[in-house]
Order: sequence, then C-alpha cells, then structure tokens
Amino acid sequence: MNAIINFANNFIRGISTNKDVFKFNGGVHPHDHKAESTTRPIAKLAMPEKLTLPLRQHVGNMPKIKVQAGDYVLKGQMLAEAEGTVSAAVHAPTSGTITSISEEIIPHPSGLPDMCITLTPDGKDTWLELQPVDWRHTDKRDVVASLRASGIVGLGGATFPTHIKLRTNGKSNIHTLVINAAECEPYITCDDMLMRERADEIVKGIEIVQYLLGADKCIIGIEDNKPQAADIMAAACTSNDMTVKVVPTLYPSGDARRLIHLLLDTEIPNDKRSTDVGIQVFNVATVLAIYRYLDFGEPSISRVVTMTGNVNTPQNFEVLFGTPLQALIAAAGGAKADTTHFIMGGPMMGFDLPNDSVPITKAANCIIAAAPNLFPLPPPAMPCIRCARCADACPVNLQPQELYWFAKSDNFEKARDYNLFDCIECGCCTYVCPSDIPLVQYYRYAKSEIIAIDKAKEAADLARERNEFRLARIEREKLERAQKHAERAQAGKGEDAATNKAEITPSSSNATESVSDKQAAIAAAIARAKAQKSASTVNTEVLPTNKTPATETAELKAKQDKQALIAAAIERAKAQKLAAAQAGVAPKNIENVSESVKAEINTIDAIREKAKLTVDDKSSD
Amino acid sequence: MLKVLLALVPGIIAYAWIYGGSILVSIALATTTALIAEAALLKIRQRPIQPYLMDMSAVVTAWLLALALPPLAPWWLVVVGTFFAIVVAKQLYGGLGYNPFNPAMVGYAVLLISFPLIMTKWPAPLILAQTQLGFMDQLHFIFGNVLPNNIKVDAITSATPLDYLKTQLMLKHEVASISQAPVFGMFGAKGGEVVTGAYLLGGLYLLQQRIISWHLPTAFLAALATMSLAFYVANPAHFANPLFHLMSGASMLCAFFIITDPVSGPTTPKGKLYFAAGVGILTYLIRVYGGYPDGVAFAVLLMNMCVPLIDALTQPRVFGHSKS
Repeated sequence: MNAIINFANNFIRGISTNKDVFKFNGGVHPHDHKAESTTRPIAKLAMPEKLTLPLRQHVGNMPKIKVQAGDYVLKGQMLAEAEGTVSAAVHAPTSGTITSISEEIIPHPSGLPDMCITLTPDGKDTWLELQPVDWRHTDKRDVVASLRASGIVGLGGATFPTHIKLRTNGKSNIHTLVINAAECEPYITCDDMLMRERADEIVKGIEIVQYLLGADKCIIGIEDNKPQAADIMAAACTSNDMTVKVVPTLYPSGDARRLIHLLLDTEIPNDKRSTDVGIQVFNVATVLAIYRYLDFGEPSISRVVTMTGNVNTPQNFEVLFGTPLQALIAAAGGAKADTTHFIMGGPMMGFDLPNDSVPITKAANCIIAAAPNLFPLPPPAMPCIRCARCADACPVNLQPQELYWFAKSDNFEKARDYNLFDCIECGCCTYVCPSDIPLVQYYRYAKSEIIAIDKAKEAADLARERNEFRLARIEREKLERAQKHAERAQAGKGEDAATNKAEITPSSSNATESVSDKQAAIAAAIARAKAQKSASTVNTEVLPTNKTPATETAELKAKQDKQALIAAAIERAKAQKLAAAQAGVAPKNIENVSESVKAEINTIDAIREKAKLTVDDKSSD
Repeated sequence: MLKVLLALVPGIIAYAWIYGGSILVSIALATTTALIAEAALLKIRQRPIQPYLMDMSAVVTAWLLALALPPLAPWWLVVVGTFFAIVVAKQLYGGLGYNPFNPAMVGYAVLLISFPLIMTKWPAPLILAQTQLGFMDQLHFIFGNVLPNNIKVDAITSATPLDYLKTQLMLKHEVASISQAPVFGMFGAKGGEVVTGAYLLGGLYLLQQRIISWHLPTAFLAALATMSLAFYVANPAHFANPLFHLMSGASMLCAFFIITDPVSGPTTPKGKLYFAAGVGILTYLIRVYGGYPDGVAFAVLLMNMCVPLIDALTQPRVFGHSKS
C-alpha cells in the first residue's frame, strides 16, 4: 500500500528517484543564503582584549578548575580538567593572565550566567610545549585517554565529548564511519570553507578516526549545494574505502540519523544509538581537530565561525574560544543600522543571544545578525486547521498536528504515545504551518513537562519504598522485642525453679550454687532494666548456661561493669539534655564538627528561629 | 483560501451561463450572511474579528453552499442555510479549526430535511427551459416569490437528471430509454455537465498549486466509478453508467472542494484514501437506494463522524520504529 502511494506521489510530482540516495519523509527547502559568506576565504581575527571561557562548553560534567585568578598561563595550557566520564577540558586559547573566575552571561537561550574563566592576553601568544601522540604505535586506549585531555568536542553544534565516541574497548564493532559534511542549515558555511581550504588535513583526520574505530569504510556525506567542496574532498581522498557521496540539498539532511538513512538506507531504531548497528558519525571540523591534536599536540582552542546576515562583509573567521561577539561583528564590517539582535546557530534551530558581548564557544558554528527584512516577526498564530502540511514536512514522519493538540491541552500521556520524544526539533513543521503556529515551542514545553512529571514520579516512588521499608523495620523491631520479652519470661520461670531446687536440696555445693543463682538473678534484673531502653547491641544471656560457676561469675562481672559504664553514659546524656532543656536550648550535638560547619549550623538555626521553626528532636521509638 | 475561491470561478461562470445569473445573487447573499454571522459570533465569543474574516474560510463555505443549493432558491433559504452553517456548524463548535462536520454540508442537510420541496425544485437549464426568465425576473422570484404573468412555477422547473433517473427507474423504465430524455446531455445532465466539467478544471488547478493533495479526489472518484461500474456491469438496464455518475450532481464539486475541507477530514495519507472511498461508496448507495437524489451531503457527514477513528487507525510508521 505504501509502495503504491509513494509511486503515485513521485509519479505525479515528476520526481525520478536516485537509487544511491534513500529519501526520508518530508524536509523543506528554505533559501540557503550561503553565497553571501563564501566569497571570501577564512580570515583570522585580531587578538581580542579579553577572552571569557565558559567552563561548560560541552555536554556533560563541569570540568575541574586548575588555575586561579592571577596565574600566568601559556597558549594551550589546560585551565580546567575533565571530570568524570562525560566531560571535556578547557584550554587557554592564548598566553596571558587569568583575571577572574566568575559568573558571566553565556551564550544560552536562557541568558543566564555560568562560571567562566576570564583571560587577558599578553600579546605574545606563547605556546605551551606541545606533545604530539604517535597514534600509529600507541595502544588505542591510550590514544583515546589522551584525547580526553584535548578538549575536543563535536564541532557540528552538539558539543559531545569526542573521546567517548572513539572508545572501542578493544572490539571494533563499527564497520562504517560517516563524516557529516552536509551542513544543511541555511546561512552556515563554516564546514564548506573548511573543506575548500583544508581538505588534506581533514582527510588525515578521517584516516586517524577510521583507524581508531576499526571501520572498514568511510562515507563523506555532502549536500549538492557545495560542488566545490565535494570535488576538493573527493580529490583529497586517499584510499578506496573513503568515498564522497553527494546528497540532494534538503533540510534537515545533516541530522545524524537522517544522513545515515540517506547514505546507507538504514533507519537507526528510535531506542538505539547508531553505534549499536555499527555506524559512527563525526563532523568534518571535529576530525580536523583530532588530527591537529594527535599529530601536533594542539588542544581545542579555536574554531571556524560564520559571521553573516545583516553585516557589511559576511564571511568566515578562525576565532579563538572566548572571543567576545563584538570583536567578530567588527571584523565583519560591523552590523548594519537596522540590526535587531543576533542569532547563534542557523535560522531553523538557532536561538537568540541575550546581548552582543557573549563569548564565542565550542558550539558557535554561526552567528547571524538579524534584521526585520531577513527575520520578520511572524503574524499572530491562528487556530490549527489540521491541514497536515506539518506531517508532510516532518523528517521523522510524526504527526505534528496531533502532538500540537495534545501539548496544547496538556494531554501528556497521549503526546508520549504519539512519539513526542522522537521529535528532533528541526523546525520543519513550524516553517510550513499556514497558521503561523510556533509548533516546536509547544513540543519543547510538553517535553519539559513530561520530564518534570517523570522525575517527580521517580522521587515519589523512592519515598514510598523508603517509607514502606521503615514501617517494615519498625514492625520487625516490635516483634523482636516481644520475642525477647517472651524468652525472658521463660527464663524467669526457669530460674525460679532452679533457685527453689537449690534451697530445697541441701548439699556441699550449696554455697556456690546459691552465689551463682544470686548472680544470675542480678543479671536478669539488669537485663530487664536495659530492655526498657532502646534496642541495645549487648547480647544478654538470660538463660542458665552450662559454664562453670567461676567463669560465669567472671563473665557476669565483666558484663555488669560494661553495663554500668553504659548506664552511666546514658545518665550523663540525660542530665545534659535536661540541663539544656531547662536552659531553653535544644542540644545540638556539634562537639565534634569543624568551626566552619559550626558557623553554618548556627546561621541556619538563626534563620529557623526567625521563621519560628523549632528543631524537632525526635527520639527513636 | 483565496486560491480555492479562484478555483471555483470557472464553475460559477459555467453555472451562470447554463442556469442564469441568479446564482451570482445567491452567492452574494450567502457571502454577506456568512461574514455578518461570523463577525457577530466572534464578537459574542470575544475573539478578534479581522484575522478570522480575512482568512476567507467563511466565504468558501458560503460559496459552496450557494452552489449546492438550486438556482432560483428563495433568498431566505440561502440566508437560513448559511446562518446555520456558520453559526451552528462552525462557530458554536469553537470556530475555525474546531468543527467536526463540514459546515456547508451541515447547512445543506438542514435545508434539505426542512424544506425538501424547494430543495428538489431545480429550474431547467436555460437551453432546455420552455420559458426563459430574464435576470430581473429571476431577482423578482428570489426576493418576492413572484413570477411574471402567465408563467407557473412548473414551467421553469424540471427534475434534475438524477431525480428524473430515480423516478423513471421506479416506474420500471430502462436506463437506455431514460437517457434519451432531453434532460440528459452527452455524459450527465445537459448543461449540468458543463458546470461539472468546470469544477473539474478548478480542481485540477488546486492540485497543481499543491493546495490539495491527490489522495482525496482520486479515491472519491475511483470509489464512485468502481461502485457504479460494478452495478452497471451487473445490470445495465437498471443502473446508470459510471461516467454519468461522475459527471452528475455534485460529484466534482464534492471531490475537489467539499471533501478536501482540512478541518473535518482526516490528516494521514492512508486515512484520506479510506475517508474519500467511504464517501464515494456512500454517495453511490444513497443515490441508488436512498431517498434523496444526490447523496453527497449525507455521505460526507457520515464519514466526518468516522474521521477520528480513521485517523487513529491509519497512523503512519514513525522513522526508526518497526511496523507494529
């Protein structure tokens, strides 16, 4: 049925299918706006006056800061070390002094600040002593471990730490390496220019990655609006198992899973990664960075950024991380007068920057100066008329109009059933909607609500489990105490019988027997008293034993001493508590903590006092 | 929406040519009523008026209803029908995007059931009429229910081909002899087939402009053709041929303009095929076995009721999921 529909569709539209490229559903053709920024070669920016490096320029854990304000650092020196598995390091892009480690506004949709290291260049640009890695003769695991210190993350925009993607643990289950040179989003041309100018280095990087992964073949996927780059890359390819495949220009061909489908006719199942089927994808800029690090020792300190849109001379620049955006705008001839704001990323998936002094980070592949003629404000949204153009455009073949209705009515379970989490937020649906509905915003809202609900549910489940366990524990303790009572009652009866027997039968061992019986009675009484307090760990033997009276006496004496000590300690604590209660101060139990913690506790207690909360001193049951 | 109105223009011109200019008056009446009713309801619902009126969806409903009604329909018929379509079938359900039923078809069905005699009294095409009414006479009839002297209503009205076929078949005449009657043209109704052809042209324009997709018209026409072919082959004497069915009544209007209403129709490609096929089959059955000459309106309304189920059952496979 589907085959008939597809055939009829293509027949009516007059499309002939290229057998080598496997189409996915949907996709859109916005004007690509690439010509503006590809007329000039990649230029180097002048050294800015200061560099602000956010610590978190990647997916994963915050790296650990290794420097302090006032330190002098060399170019390429590690400023923060990767922490944990999913993390990346931050390096000094030039030599200079660390002026501060503080919170600064970072390029993020929220516009919120985050921890940054600010560096003032000294103008000398002195490199650290670099240490290349002989990757051909080093164990692959060591090469990958060394890459952890390189600061290299995915430079296509995802910023995932690259060393994790190169781990193979000895097994090579990757058979195909895909190099993502599609650059499908309009305006962005950094990868295009990189390929035109540094194809040889990119190919060397591909060789390294192919070797590390043990992949049999490598396919470089590139869109057909970059014919120069495609030819240059094809000429630079060194071996037969490295091929360049040109795909039709269609947004979002550059999405990893869509690209894999286009090149290899494989749909990665929604709950698996591409590595589970033996395919790994890297961006061209990332493989170039890997080459520079392993063969030259240069850590990740800069990237190519496209500065385009409403600027006088749009072009690509090689920019050091931490460069303020203003420097980039000035280098591109300045923004024209009617510029309203700046967008980081592309027009489909980019976000608005809070101001023009944010730094360039590892994720910044493109900055677009927006103006009303380029990015007009959309008209107010009209109701959805269920025309399903969004469904026709969706590259994941979802039903965006259904997801919209569900998100709008907060029907999150249905949204999840209709595969909301498969949405890649590419923006094709919003692009085609005739009612100008901001569809992707609804899906982002629904996704965050569902994640929050799931987290709350997990926490509630955990709390419930812990409560159930606590109730069970109380029950168990009750039973244990009841058992002990019963056992002692039994023992009491047994002792009375023994004592009576001793008195009735007069014998030579009368004296010792009566002594040991007395000891036993005393021991029993002490044990009873103790049992009235909390469950203790002292094991009281109440039953008559088979030991000799002498050892029994000695043992009992030892026990009595111990019990006396414990009883004394308890009495002391009680007295303290009483005194404190009489003084009106709740005991704090802070004798053994450090001064700073004491101070913290005092401030918190002061706050509690102010709020009229009392420290509830619950004693255990 | 403007392109949809543009696609209806050839049909309207043909209609005016065949049946007289009164259709333009009907369209004007319907459009005015629709816009006023929509504005009034939006005001009551405290919604912005201008964007919804500029959307032209109410105008499309008005035109479709006016084209479905018989020419020379009294003015109040047009007004009541349009009012019901816009107010009850559209705005009271929530306005644009919220109506489960096709508003024009709801308006038509209400009029058909409430005023069956007027709705089935179609004037003959001008070429066939014994007496031809001038434009002013038509206006007088629409607004005043007054005919020029010496002319009775029967002189200007005649049965439509579908109606004629139905009655004659009940009288046990055979299709072959029935089709000789002057009311039949080459394919369908004499005169009417020109109008239907004009609708077809408009529909092809919509397809080319990618306003509608090929699924709905093709499935509807294919289902209608298949049903009529099957019956015709089984008993040529009693059932008209497929071409007749395709070119008569509101078939083309339905195929390209009525079932393609996105709000009340299905959203999935397979769903569209099933929906349109259902409308085609029901249209044929109502035409042959039902009590009304043309079954399009009720067929559409019945299938509108099934749309949520059709949508739920025809969800396409999502990228990365297996067929389950």
